[in-house]
This record gives sequence, structure tokens and C-alpha cells, in this order.
Amino acid sequence: MSFISYLINGISLGSVYAIIALGYTMVYGIAKMLNFAHGDVIMIGAYTVLTLLTGAGVNPWIAVLIGMATCTVLGMLIEKVAYKPLRNASSSLAVLITAIGVSYLLQNTALLVFGADTKSFINFIPVPSVSMAQRELTITGTTIVTIVACLVIMCGLMLFVNKTKPGRAMKAVSEDRGAAQLMGVNVNATISLTFAIGSGLAAVAGVLLCSAYPSLTPYTGAMPGIKAFVAAVFGGIGSIPGAMIGGILLGIIETLGKAYISSQVADAIVFAVLIVVLLVKPTGLFGKNIQEKV
Amino acid sequence: MKKFISFALVTMLLVGCLTGCGNSGASDSGELVFKIGAAGPLTGAAAAYGDAVNKGAQIAVDEINAAGGINGIKVEFKMEDDEHDAEKAVNAYNNLKDWGMQMMMGTVTSAPCIAVEAEASADNMFLITPSGTAVDCISGSNAFRLCFSDPAQGTKSAEYIGVNKLATKVAIIYDSSDPYSSGICESFQAEAAKQGIEVVTSQAFTSDSKTDFKVQLQKAQNSGAELLFLPIYYQEASLILQQANDMKYAPKIFGCDGLDGILGVENFDAKLAEGVMLLTPFAVDAEDEATKKFVATYAEKYNNEVPIQFAADAYDAIYAIKAAIEESGATADMSVSDLCDAMKASMTKITLKGLTGTITWDESGEPNKEPKAVIIKDGAYTAM
Repeated sequence: MSFISYLINGISLGSVYAIIALGYTMVYGIAKMLNFAHGDVIMIGAYTVLTLLTGAGVNPWIAVLIGMATCTVLGMLIEKVAYKPLRNASSSLAVLITAIGVSYLLQNTALLVFGADTKSFINFIPVPSVSMAQRELTITGTTIVTIVACLVIMCGLMLFVNKTKPGRAMKAVSEDRGAAQLMGVNVNATISLTFAIGSGLAAVAGVLLCSAYPSLTPYTGAMPGIKAFVAAVFGGIGSIPGAMIGGILLGIIETLGKAYISSQVADAIVFAVLIVVLLVKPTGLFGKNIQEKV
Repeated sequence: MKKFISFALVTMLLVGCLTGCGNSGASDSGELVFKIGAAGPLTGAAAAYGDAVNKGAQIAVDEINAAGGINGIKVEFKMEDDEHDAEKAVNAYNNLKDWGMQMMMGTVTSAPCIAVEAEASADNMFLITPSGTAVDCISGSNAFRLCFSDPAQGTKSAEYIGVNKLATKVAIIYDSSDPYSSGICESFQAEAAKQGIEVVTSQAFTSDSKTDFKVQLQKAQNSGAELLFLPIYYQEASLILQQANDMKYAPKIFGCDGLDGILGVENFDAKLAEGVMLLTPFAVDAEDEATKKFVATYAEKYNNEVPIQFAADAYDAIYAIKAAIEESGATADMSVSDLCDAMKASMTKITLKGLTGTITWDESGEPNKEPKAVIIKDGAYTAM
């Protein structure tokens, strides 16, 4: 029974990683860059929602919507100001360094505005806990909502990318930016849209993360951000189902590692598994193996 | 010409520095005073501690000055923020030296204290930490401690649980990346064996993964422990309490001074902390005159706040400084190093009847006093 309980905890933790990883993977797939500031956008989203809840007493659902809107605008702004001017820079390292810079900028701004004090997040998810098997197994409402939200978001994104025109434009840009432009796809608008969607999802991830683990500091997004990046690589960066599966597997490995091997080296186990996977399958579980033509 | 200008600038700088360094022991008005410096987290994750230390110390300083000072010399007190960061604490220490600090009451938390003590030891500056519990906080002969050290806290906790028969099966959740937490955990396990307490499981987490405790809690629950020992800080403890509540798991909970402050976490439901026990030298509802007076002054001065243990530690630390100066007959015009030599010799002779018990010190700088514990009842600390 405890195994099932560990498994559910792992899936719940993994679902949060998965939602964050979706943001990483979409931006990588389309803009071919690692947006290391993604974790910090999550933190900004969580702070926005918390401030609206405690400061202004806004209805939780409206607060989440405003949080998503804020993050969407923030994500597009970051892309316009920090990444776009460097898109044609000779080295892709330039954008990477800028992303790290933006990450610190967001953390320090949050430090200035919200202070370094840890704030306890208010869990407003109205779903009650479910007890099963003579109360030996309890699944919290937050866990259920997190897992459902993760599935819905993934399916929504898959449909969007495959069935709609802007979605297909994204696919085109990710496959060959130059050719897409020649075919009349507005590359700048498409990349902007990608950042908008990724950042909007970040706000949702922030709320779910902080509802499950109610502690919010300016550094809250950093570690989950890195884990989600690992999840995205694990699943094959650029692939939407890959990010989802990668995130959930990562959560499960972390939780089971903690439970059955050692709670002290749980993180080391996660990274060891990543190394093994990458040795066997360098593009990740769902990564496309594109061969360079000479 | 250029050379001359740079020479002139350097000279000006040097003069500025010398006059800056030269004002030690004198207040802004030129009168001789004792300048006590302090550093601790006034913002950040451990802000509750630094804030309490600042307030508790200020009360002691005000009382001393109102009663005519130490040997007739007034006291000035200044606290700098270190955000519980070793590097910032050393900066704070240097700022305080520029201000003219003659002795240090601090720092508040362990890791910064170890860094500052290295500097203070090199300067031969007298240092008493109200709440730095790591063994290395007082490595030099210039340094003393008011609270119990980490190993002492672990030992005393096990002793308290054993003597009062709180539990025979104990689970521990500790932070393996933090010397404070792992230090207590080790000495607790050593003493638990002697007390006939069985440590059924000991689960770790690290500073990189300190939000998800469900696995650790589940294992504690499965192990059949009656009591959960949490030698960690209040921030993580508040998350553990919330997650345990989600799991409908309600063991007895016992912690050390790191849990102090849990009732002050923003948006935290204080009901979850009901019944939590912690080893602390100070209970606000104690019946003695000194405690009553301190609690009343604190409430009056700081917006009806209730002092935590750290405030009492700081209050006692200031009075320990006073007692040491009086015993040695030191004066404010002595150099920092001479003051330190005089005070460290007298520290081992004094007996302080403070808020946190009757304390004596030995050469190592460690205090001798009885352990006490409190339990959280109706949202307040209550003596056990």
C-alpha cells in the first residue's frame, strides 16, 4: 500500500515538473534556445496570484487568470527585449548567458519587491482529499488537480500544435526556420506566441507547485526549473509528449529513490538515471534523431 | 603632476580611514560609551530570529542605560543585517568595526557566526553569540555562547524525551546539508541509545529539495514511531506539519530552537502546530518576575508581540556582557583587544541569573544550565 502511495506522490511531483518542462521544451523546439528564466517566471506567477489573493481578495480563479496574463506579457517582453536582438548572434552561447542573466534579474527584482521572507501559499483548490483502502491511502485534492491539469494541458497543446494554423506554423519554424519564412510564416510572431504560451503555462505551474508545497520565496522557481529542464532533456527536448513523460518519470524516480534507496542521495539518483538514459539514447526518450546531411 | 594628485588622494584616503578608525569608544557627541555590535538575519528566511534578537537586546540596553550604564558608562547598540549569509555577515562585521564596535553580541545563526568568529578571533574581539549553536561558532578563546551547542541540544532533547517518557519509538527528519541539523541528529541518536529510546527511522532532506516531505513522512508513519523529532528550522517544519496534516498523520512532534518562530510564518495555520514540543530555555508564561517584566516590556514596546526564545537569549547575552565588564572593571577607553582579554578572564567567574536560567561559563565558552521544554497550546508557547 505504501508503494502505491509513493507512486502517487511521485506522479503528483512529476506532473508539476511536466508542466514546467512543457514550457522549456516548446521554447527549445521553436526558438532553439534554453530559456533558463522559465523557472523564475513561475515564481513571478505564484507571487502575482498570492498578492491578488491576500492583498486584494480577488476570486481565486480570476487571480489565476490575471497571473497567467501577467506571465504571458512578461514572457513576451523578455523575448522582445532580451532574446530577439541576439537571435542572429554568431554564438548560441550569447542567448544562453542572457537567459541566465534574465533569471537573476527576475530573482533579484522579486527580492526587492516581495522581500526575502518566505511566504506560505494559500491553497484554494476546492477538491477534497480522497481516502481509499480503509484510510490507508490518502490522495489530496491538490494531487488530483495537478495530475488532471497536466493531462489537459498536454492534450490541449498537442491539439493546438497539430490542428491549428499558428500551431502548424510553430512546427514549421521548429523544423526549418529559413524555409518557413520563405513560405510566408511570420517567424517573429510565431516565436513570440511560443513564449506567450510557455509563460502562461508557467503561471499555472507556479500555482500548482505552491499549492502542493506551500512555501514561496524569490528562489522557489530555481530548483524546480532545473529539474524540469532535466525532465525535458530526459524526454527528448523539443517533444511535447516527451516533456510530459520525462517530467512524470523524473518525479517517480525521485520519490521512489527517496523511499527505497536513500533520502540523502535522491537527487543524485535522478541525475544518474538521466546520464544512463542519455548514454543509451542521446536524444532523450522521445527525441527525434535528425541526421546531418553532408 | 598626475603623481602628485594621486599621492594627495591617497593621503586624504588614509587620513579619512584613520579618523574613521579612531572614533572607537566615543559616541557621536564625543562622550565615552561601550559600543556593542550585533549581526543577524533581519530579512530572509531566518528573519524571525534576527528580529527577535534585535528587539530583546534593545530592551536590555535601554534598561542598562536607564539604570546608569555599565560602571557608569552608557551603552550603544547597533545591529546589522546579514540575511543568514556568511559573506554578508563578514561585511556586517567590518561595517560594525568602522562604526567603532568594541564587543560583539552575535551573530544570530550558526554558519555566519563561524565566519565572523574567524575574523573576531583574529582581531581578538570579545564575542558572545546568543543563538549560534554550531560547535565552531566559538572556536576561539575570545568567543562565548549563551545557548546550548548543537550536540548539547541533541543530547538534552533525547534526555528530556527519555526522562519524561514522551516516547520509546522515535523517527527523525533532518536536513543532511545543514551542519546544525545533522549535528543535533547525530548527538540525539547517540544519547537516545542510552535513554532506551529506539530511533526507528532517520530520514534526510537537503537544501535543494526541501519542499516535498511526503516520502519521509510516509516512512515515519510506516515505521510506527510515536514521536517525530525535527531538528530543523521552522520554515521546513511548517511545510512538514502541513503535509502531515494532508496525509492525516498526527505524531507527537519534538524539536529544538530551530522550530521557534513557527507561529510567525505568514499565512501559516497555527492550529497545525498545536501540541508541538520544543527544547527551549525560555517560556513566555513562566511565573518569575524577570520573565513577566520582560514579556510586558516587549509587548508594550513592539506592538503586543510575544518574545520568542531568541529575544530572551539576546537579552541575557547583553547582561552577560555587562556582568563580565563589571567583574573585570574594564573601561570604555581600553582597546578592543585589552577589553577582550579582561572580559574573557571574568566570564568564567560570573554567574548570570537570566531569563533563560542560571548560567555559568567554562573556559571553552560553553554555558552550563538546565534544559527546559515548552509545548504549543492554543497558539502560544506554554511551559511543560
